[in-house]
Amino acid sequence: MEDFRESVIHIAYIISAALFIIGLKRLSAPASARQGNQLAIGAMTLAFVATLIDPEISTFWTIIIGTLIGGGIGYYLARKVQMTAMPQLVALFNGMGGGTAAVIAVGEFMKFTRDGEVTAGEGLSVAFGVTVGCIALTGSLIAGGKLHEILPSGAIRSPIQMPAAILLVLAVGATWVYLLAMGGQETTVWIMFAVALVLGIALVIPIGGGDMPVVVSLLNSMTGLAAAAAGFVLDNQILIIAGALVGASGMLLTVLMSQAMNRPLSNVFFGAFGAAGAGPAAADGEAKPIRQTNADDAAVMLGYAQNVIIVPGYGLAVAQAQHAIRELADELDKRNINVRYAIHPVAGRMPGHMNVLLAEANVPYDQLFEMEQINGEFQRTDVVLVVGANDVVNPAARTDQTSPIYGMPILNADAAQTIIVMKRSMKPGFAGIENDLFHLDKTRMLFGDAKAALADVIAAVKNV
Amino acid sequence: MSLEFVLAIYVFLLTVFLGIELINRVPATLHTPLMSATNAIHGIVLIGAMLVAGAADNTLLHALGLIGVILGAGNAVGGFAVTDRMLEMFKKKPVEGQ
Repeated sequence: MEDFRESVIHIAYIISAALFIIGLKRLSAPASARQGNQLAIGAMTLAFVATLIDPEISTFWTIIIGTLIGGGIGYYLARKVQMTAMPQLVALFNGMGGGTAAVIAVGEFMKFTRDGEVTAGEGLSVAFGVTVGCIALTGSLIAGGKLHEILPSGAIRSPIQMPAAILLVLAVGATWVYLLAMGGQETTVWIMFAVALVLGIALVIPIGGGDMPVVVSLLNSMTGLAAAAAGFVLDNQILIIAGALVGASGMLLTVLMSQAMNRPLSNVFFGAFGAAGAGPAAADGEAKPIRQTNADDAAVMLGYAQNVIIVPGYGLAVAQAQHAIRELADELDKRNINVRYAIHPVAGRMPGHMNVLLAEANVPYDQLFEMEQINGEFQRTDVVLVVGANDVVNPAARTDQTSPIYGMPILNADAAQTIIVMKRSMKPGFAGIENDLFHLDKTRMLFGDAKAALADVIAAVKNV
Repeated sequence: MSLEFVLAIYVFLLTVFLGIELINRVPATLHTPLMSATNAIHGIVLIGAMLVAGAADNTLLHALGLIGVILGAGNAVGGFAVTDRMLEMFKKKPVEGQ
């Protein structure tokens, strides 16, 4: 009977692998993305059910209780958390996956050592699974903490970081050598586990909050590789296939993201270890002039414009003003004003984040324009309304070679006739860089909470 | 190295190339949902944790297995649920007033 059960499991895993592959393919096109995700859910469910009949499984209570607790917590968070907090939620789930892979590798290693000799392949898979899984676990938690601003979001730097990181890498390397060359013992793996956890913290702590999306994406890819390593440890094909798919696609996604932000990966990681004084200090001593405006004046500028472009940023999402901005756009639309949204690839906290947030507020697709489509339109635009965006419209990215964001593609908001900037205060953005756009003659600053300020402007537009 | 291990490396290698090809032309709009979906897919580690938990024969392995299953189930269920919630918003909405 065991042969029969194993055949059933193998067939189920093969179908599951095919479903994961088709699902991922569907996920890469907007029209079929949701279906793709559902195919992947089907693949996971099939693999889960098939594993339950595995003859090696004799204890079920840990599986049932664990699945109910973990699944319940995951489902609750996924449904309740606000869409703005979604990047840190993804980071949290990613950390959980990394932790799982590490735990599997440790558990299996204990069985290997008990059953006799550990082969080179087994030792290598265990070492990789433990190390990468642990780094993904603590790295993701730190990244999530920074995104959630529980931890300081800036780059935390000190002169001991570089030596400390090197020391930790050497320590992990030593446990690898001991495990692979001398067979190692349980203690070796536990030391590896502990040191890799600290290494994950040490690697992510020095990276600034602005780079966190790239870091989360990279850690996501790493967890995929750790899952594949767990597959090698267990000799389980579906883990290898699903893990390798995520490892590879996650790595490509990381590269695409860092290109969109013009932050080469080497900069993200090693830039943090460089001289702390990089970039122009925001403290120029004297404050540059700004021109303030109020809701009524802003309403007049908007109400008598022909072309308006809205540049939404993370501040809009934080203030939960997605619905208010759509209401304003509807109001302008009634006056036959051409309203469009310019979406920077990294608006929000991650590429595509802003599209999700605006879709939630029912903003029509055909009003959303990506940077390449709309950048030539700004000079023919009467009013640009920048709401809670900062770095993505900072002209320093084009002109100032010393700026940390120099070379990042930006929205050419400064080419418009008039610019209205809605902002909470003059505080610099997430990247902590001064923005010259705010000091132009044709720029008007409208301070306040985006939602409240928009409500005032909407009321005023109705009376114009 | 055993033949099984070598074959597993071939499977891994081919899947890596496949993974890169599959998402090669993804629009920036989908970067966030795609990252979230791949994050859910590596929740497959849940299956590995089930095998550790199910075959455990001492307290430490039971504990490790239980922790693994909890974390893995959270990754898989939460990851897919949040991705679905995100993608739900992308579906075409009926025009108001119709």
